[in-house]
Amino acid sequence: MDSDIEDFNSVASSDGFVEDGGSSFGGDDSDVQIDDDFGDDAAFETQEKDLKAKKKHFEVDFSVYSPQDIQDQQDKQVDEVAGLLEQPKESTAILLRYFRWNKERLIEQYMDNQEEVLSKAGLGQDMTTSPPRIEIKDDFMCDICCEDGPGLETFAMKCEHRFCTDCYRQYLAQKIKEEGEAARIKCPGDGCNSIVDSKSLDLMVTPDLTDRYHELLMRTYVDDKESLKWCPAPNCVYAVECGVKKRDLNRIVPTVTCDAKHGFCFGCTLADHQPCPCSLVKKWLKKCEDDSETANWISANTKECPKCGSTIEKNGGCNHMTCRKCRNEFCWMCMGLWSEHGTSWYNCNRYEEKSGTEARDSQAKSRQSLERYLHYYNRYANHEQSAKLDKDIFHKTEKKMTLLQSSSNMSWIEVQFLESASKALQQCRQTLKWTYAFAYYLARNNQTEIFEDNQKDLEMAVENLSEMFEKQPDQLAGLKVQMMDKTAYCNQRHIILLDDTAKNLKEENWQFNTTLS
Amino acid sequence: MAANKRIMKELGDINSQPPAGCTINLPNESDINNWEVTMQGPPESVYADGHFKIHVSLPKDYPFKPPGISFKTKIYHPNVSNDDRGAMCLGMLRPDEWKPPNKIKDVLALVRTVLAAPQPDDAVETGIAEQFKNDKAAFENNARDWVERYAKGA
Ligand SMILES: [Zn+2]
Ligand SMILES: [Zn+2]
Ligand SMILES: [Zn+2]
Ligand SMILES: [Zn+2]
Ligand SMILES: [Zn+2]
Ligand SMILES: [Zn+2]
Repeated sequence: MDSDIEDFNSVASSDGFVEDGGSSFGGDDSDVQIDDDFGDDAAFETQEKDLKAKKKHFEVDFSVYSPQDIQDQQDKQVDEVAGLLEQPKESTAILLRYFRWNKERLIEQYMDNQEEVLSKAGLGQDMTTSPPRIEIKDDFMCDICCEDGPGLETFAMKCEHRFCTDCYRQYLAQKIKEEGEAARIKCPGDGCNSIVDSKSLDLMVTPDLTDRYHELLMRTYVDDKESLKWCPAPNCVYAVECGVKKRDLNRIVPTVTCDAKHGFCFGCTLADHQPCPCSLVKKWLKKCEDDSETANWISANTKECPKCGSTIEKNGGCNHMTCRKCRNEFCWMCMGLWSEHGTSWYNCNRYEEKSGTEARDSQAKSRQSLERYLHYYNRYANHEQSAKLDKDIFHKTEKKMTLLQSSSNMSWIEVQFLESASKALQQCRQTLKWTYAFAYYLARNNQTEIFEDNQKDLEMAVENLSEMFEKQPDQLAGLKVQMMDKTAYCNQRHIILLDDTAKNLKEENWQFNTTLS
Repeated sequence: MAANKRIMKELGDINSQPPAGCTINLPNESDINNWEVTMQGPPESVYADGHFKIHVSLPKDYPFKPPGISFKTKIYHPNVSNDDRGAMCLGMLRPDEWKPPNKIKDVLALVRTVLAAPQPDDAVETGIAEQFKNDKAAFENNARDWVERYAKGA
């Protein structure tokens, strides 16, 4: 595994980022961009027909850019606009940054009132005839450090707010290094809103800050564009372009993957949360935070056997528990008999409204709503926890496998099936986790039942695979074919669930018990 | 350090020409980064009879970083936090608004302006802000009461 991916996982696993291994989102047809009319129904339909053959409903088109790509994009736009405005590239870049890379608005206003636009962007003076320079002035006292010695070097832009070069530099260094500003640093003068232009910056920024400064200029370019976002993984250098707009987010969950295989939601830049739309994710996380006290007791790692009462600790991701003392096999989630989970009686994922007991008073009502919440939270938290445990086991197994390889004649290529299984488990559990937040906000109807059936199928497939995962390394070699089958099955159920949910979301078929904000 | 010259100059200026209603002390003569200001409540305001101790702390990057202001005397005011920090949220002290040529006397003048004219829409104490907007008489009573209780010592 390559080192920065590893690093990312260890840092970000608590945020729930999962490497995208199994299914491929977007991929090679990434130059097909969803256009600006995405929100318009007609365009939506045509687009859908055109792409139906290649694309699943839960996939969106996107492109991934390296820092060099971003630089090239900027240069290209600067060239284009510089030609139009008949301004040097240097000044055009400043103008574009000042207008947050909104070309149209810049050109329009420039044509309207050239002088005003230039002076607002800090370009009022003709840069070529009087470029910024460091000067020594008589009888000067720096208003920042109060130094007034003869020969003191000073600097000012054309706004004439003059300070000694040491102070000017320290001011810029702080803005760049500590406040992460670059494109729109204001003159240090009291109340002055002039932007420090890039000629002045070139002159005043010390060489050790130039890299950081250029990196920040790049950052602002991406931050200023609605269709561009940085990969949120720590230290990741890639940016992703996606045409899905804010207003589309109630109908699509735009999951994208950078070239370092970090999967994330383009809408809210949180870790992949399919099939749950961004606004419900936000609501759910808020609710979980508010109710964390009440919910804490359930995520505990030990429970009592429902038959004999002895304490059972959960140390793998699998929910199929066997009591060491009485051999009772039960489900960790619902504490019901495991034997019933393989049959049509299985309803571990479904919340049954207690129909007989009508909630009469407010106390009963609030108890009922808490029970309902806990049902979903319990399962949500459990998949999150299980994904971590699955991963731990995988890492332990991986180590043991290396030993096993030297003693048996299995090659490294052959044990890769474990890694695929691990990836499938991580991804499916990530999705399952969010299906419970999604289900919490679903109103009950026939459609909900189809959803719950898909959820159940995926969950069973995942638990089966997870169970095999806990076997001892010497047994694993013999389970290879079976495990590969189960992995494929999980991935297949995963796609079915995502596709069905995404299709209905697009067509606005889901009924929620809350409003999508 | 360059900052020292600036701070010394500010101290000198402020002592020869103190801002209205303010006296400045250095609790520790050898530490010029911590000032103690005694501010008299603005005349015509509910705080007029009070003397408020304000701690001004100058960070080591001062004046590139803004000073910190905290009320040591309890005050009933929407913009001062009612805790042992006594923090006052002033626009000009925000990192993106502060400019290095800004002086402590300007900050103190602004503090006094905000005492005279609370800014309930920018409040740290939302309860007090609500009262200020909806029940001015009750607010003024409480504010005077606190002046009586806490701000008459000095
Ligand atoms: Zn200076
Ligand atoms: Zn200026
Ligand atoms: Zn990434
Ligand atoms: Zn999202
Ligand atoms: Zn038992
Ligand atoms: Zn169960």
